[in-house]
Amino acid sequence: MSASETAVRPAIATPDGDEAPVPAARASRGERIARIAVPLTMLVLVLLGWHLYVTLANVPHYVLPSPVLVVQSLITDWPTLFKSLIITLKTTFSALGLALVGGVLLAVLMAQSRLIELAIYPYAVVLQVTPIIAVAPLILIYAPSTTVALLIVAFIVAFFPILSNTTQGIRSTDHNLLNLFELYGATPWQTLIHLKLPNALPYFLTGLKIAGGLSLIGAVVAEFTAGSAGANSGLAFRLLESQFRLNIPRLYAALLLLSFTGVLIFFASSLLSWLLLRKWHESAVRREN
Amino acid sequence: MLQHNTDAGPPAGSHKSGRTLVSLRGVSKRFSNGTLALQNMSLDIAEGQFVSLLGPSGCGKSTVLRIIAGLGDTSSGTVEWPGASSYDVTGKAEREIGFVFQEPTLMPWATVANNVWLPLRLHGVSKKAARAQVMEALQMVGLEKFADSYPRELSGGMKMRVSIARALITRPKLLLMDEPFAALDEITRFKLNNDLLHLWETFGWTVIFVTHSVFESVYLSERIVVMAPRPGRVFKDLAIDAPYPRDDAFRTSTVYNEYCRMASDALHGAIAAGGAA
Repeated sequence: MSASETAVRPAIATPDGDEAPVPAARASRGERIARIAVPLTMLVLVLLGWHLYVTLANVPHYVLPSPVLVVQSLITDWPTLFKSLIITLKTTFSALGLALVGGVLLAVLMAQSRLIELAIYPYAVVLQVTPIIAVAPLILIYAPSTTVALLIVAFIVAFFPILSNTTQGIRSTDHNLLNLFELYGATPWQTLIHLKLPNALPYFLTGLKIAGGLSLIGAVVAEFTAGSAGANSGLAFRLLESQFRLNIPRLYAALLLLSFTGVLIFFASSLLSWLLLRKWHESAVRREN
Repeated sequence: MLQHNTDAGPPAGSHKSGRTLVSLRGVSKRFSNGTLALQNMSLDIAEGQFVSLLGPSGCGKSTVLRIIAGLGDTSSGTVEWPGASSYDVTGKAEREIGFVFQEPTLMPWATVANNVWLPLRLHGVSKKAARAQVMEALQMVGLEKFADSYPRELSGGMKMRVSIARALITRPKLLLMDEPFAALDEITRFKLNNDLLHLWETFGWTVIFVTHSVFESVYLSERIVVMAPRPGRVFKDLAIDAPYPRDDAFRTSTVYNEYCRMASDALHGAIAAGGAA
């Protein structure tokens, strides 16, 4: 490798060798600007087109409100929408938290004992593949309160990716490393803490990314099913309500908040993943060839 | 590259006590799929000896190593540790073994220092208390500057050095090496061969070295146990009677060549005895 490097370098070296890296750096800066500028321009164009269409074609605002109207509605209805946002966020994050704890605990249990795995895994799959929207009415009947029902529905949707990914991660532990731990007399607990769980971390984080989005979806699905459950009305309920009242600007505003929340969750989990893996995992380290 | 800490172990040559460290008595091993990996294998390893297990793939040399390490039981026969000074809670001899696998087998999420710390950590030694030992082990393999690097930042040869440092940190009596340098390029392999010999001469552990390279086994060892496959067994036991320290001059000497031919003939005999390879 070093031989080929020295053989190639003289051919491409400029008289003052310092100049070569500069265009590369400039290119990467251009790339960075483009990464932000292109989507932003796109957004502006779409909004502009939307606004022009609505104004020029005289589309009634209960069919398609202009973006300006949506923003106005977001501002005027903010107190209501914000209250609803908090409720949805609470459901989402409680469900995600429960899914994290439950998923990881179950994964660890299943990895420790084949018997537990046989007992649990098939039913976890059944729970996952049965459309949650079909089970939700039952949960609403049996749960002691609507809040608990919402939480259960969102939890069921979110926990499976964490369970299956973490299980896979624990299982894919290097056999030689397991042998090494055995050789040095590691206890099962030590093997779990120092070997299996760190090994499962990248898998778990992938599961978390999926579960983050799913817990929001679960919360929305649950709110839809719960319908007019009164005081505890989250964003999804506001959405339905706006539809019934043909308050389409507010519907858009609620939708905007929901997708913003989803994006935020995705970024947060990506950031967490990057922070935890950047030092050692191939998926997160910077490559230079 | 290597820095020797000569006062940390007995001087070269003084560790040949001639006592048996470990012996296999009629060991057989049948895997659950029915393969007979070892049949009636008997072997005595003397303290301080550098022994190579040489043989074609499938002759059970790695299995021997694993059985000695206590990873996996024998189907019949026993492993005895006549010189064992202490016993663990289960009444088994405390084996004081270091194991180096064919792959570096490092934890990618841990720094070099933390990887080397692992054997001590599992015995409850805190990082602070282990610091000096970790650095000493890294010094032995010439990697003290890379303590805070992650394995992925190292070359194949350097990863193997970390693996060796980890095996050495417990100051084992017996170092088991399972084709440790097989995946490395020749230049790196020669370098690591030399470094390993230096360390062995300095510290005087017993080494059992599994390899399928005739040249490597002759260069390194005092004794080569040639194994035949299907089922795995001892085919020939060769003494390599050349003085240490051995260096690159030895690699090109006539004596070396003759031993290589001898070992090579034995290996071919073993392959023929085991049927088609």
